[in-house]
Amino acid sequence: MQKRSIVPIVYILFLMLPIYWLVAMSFKTTNEILSGFSLFPQTFTLDNYKTIFTDPSWYWGYINSILYVSINTVISIAVALPAAYAFSRYRFLGDKQLFFWLLTNRMAPAAVFALPFFQLYSAVELFDTHLAVALAHCLFNIPLAVWILEGFMGGVPKELDETAFVDGYSFPRFFATIFVPSIKAGVGVAAFFCFMFSWVELLLAKTLTAVAAKPIAATMTKTASSAGYELGLLAAAGTLTIIPGAIVIWFVRNYIAKGFAMGRV
Amino acid sequence: MKTENQKAWFFVLPVLALVAFNALIPMMTVVNYSVQETFGDNVFFWQGLDWFQQILRSDRFHAALGRQFMFTFLILIIEVPLGIAIALSMPRKGFWVPVCLVLMALPMLIPWNVVGAMWNIFTLPDIGLLGYFLNHVLGISYDMTQDPVAAWVTIVTMDVWHWTSLVVLLAYAGLVSIPDAYYQAAKIDGASNWAVFRFIQLPKMKTVLTIAILLRFMDSFNIYTEPFVLTGGGPGNSTTLLSIDLVKIALGQFDLGPAAAMSLIYFAITLLVSWLFYTLMTKDDLN
Repeated sequence: MQKRSIVPIVYILFLMLPIYWLVAMSFKTTNEILSGFSLFPQTFTLDNYKTIFTDPSWYWGYINSILYVSINTVISIAVALPAAYAFSRYRFLGDKQLFFWLLTNRMAPAAVFALPFFQLYSAVELFDTHLAVALAHCLFNIPLAVWILEGFMGGVPKELDETAFVDGYSFPRFFATIFVPSIKAGVGVAAFFCFMFSWVELLLAKTLTAVAAKPIAATMTKTASSAGYELGLLAAAGTLTIIPGAIVIWFVRNYIAKGFAMGRV
Repeated sequence: MKTENQKAWFFVLPVLALVAFNALIPMMTVVNYSVQETFGDNVFFWQGLDWFQQILRSDRFHAALGRQFMFTFLILIIEVPLGIAIALSMPRKGFWVPVCLVLMALPMLIPWNVVGAMWNIFTLPDIGLLGYFLNHVLGISYDMTQDPVAAWVTIVTMDVWHWTSLVVLLAYAGLVSIPDAYYQAAKIDGASNWAVFRFIQLPKMKTVLTIAILLRFMDSFNIYTEPFVLTGGGPGNSTTLLSIDLVKIALGQFDLGPAAAMSLIYFAITLLVSWLFYTLMTKDDLN
């Protein structure tokens, strides 16, 4: 048992090395970074973070990202819950085809959709709004949410529904007060996945925004082009993008393994 | 047993509306472009299937497609066995399990362009941790902006770093669902470790591994942001994968027709290969 644990330890070390380097860089001055190699920050500085927290064009990037990710997660879960219930409880015309078609939307390369998305959201006058990005990300998040929730709902015995209806519950009341709480873990996992895929996606988010809803990931690209190559600032911004993910993942840590199995194991 | 109920359609309607809005309209736009030629100003000319023929015959497309298959092949051949091996050696219960899972999932929660930027900083020849170590400690000359082999090793390593955890977590979810009784029975029978793996663990992981392989195939085949930020497709065209080439044509050269035709061919290949994988891996279940 002891010998075996070397494998995960080595693997986790491998995962942490680039992250360590990013964090270490973020505490260095640009001068120190460019002057040569140092394993630890020699002149420890918080200036990079100070710049980000005081410059609106930086910190609004974070607010924008968090806004559209939250809107997307709420929409995805809200519409996926009844759909997943239908798929897990009923047979209806075209159900299997519909389910498969939903999943194929994960296969379309985002690069394919970039330009048409720009035109579509310009046409409906949502360009450069948080809602546009949130709706666009529904393309791949809703199918995933339906898939995960359907898996979890399949594990709830049908007798629960029947008993509730015999007891005189109306459907909406049963759904909201009994059924959804009984798959809390599934909702948490699905929300986590929606958050994750919306948070990490950049191509569509960047295509659909200009100024008002510009995501942090797009703001970062400016460090490379303007004012030389501000590696320290880039590293600090990158470090800050890891934090929301880390917080969210800590909340669902006990469900991760099951969630990754889409509730189907 | 599921009951037949056509009213269930009403539950599915919001999902259908939202996804159709996002999928069908852009898809129709792409189809529309793919059969026309434009010189700007919204003037279009019917072009028929010319773009498709042109793309299918072009060496540039073949080269990008070849690189794309090479990349995806390397990713699957490395990440799947590695992920299973790591999942097998993880503890099954105790304090360290959630810690391991959280740390392993961390790379997947980093925005994709940050992943590219992070690996860029990490591999800079003189000031990056890995670049410095290879060049100045091990004495291996390494510069991925000059050397195509180094660029390939770097993008593959980056993807292994980024996504192996997905396979680990899926395989692990399959493993923890195996009841202890199976292992006890195997012990009584005197089964070797290999036999336990081959006849108990692997079959039990089959469903989740199917999901893992499918997801890894789709995502690595469609990968864009990370290699674009890291290498920009270079040096030369050596790491210009299919989607990078596509964006170059669509947004760089603004050749909408060829880009649209290429998108559709690209999508068709992804669908076809995913379907092949899916059919092959679930074949036994049907019999």
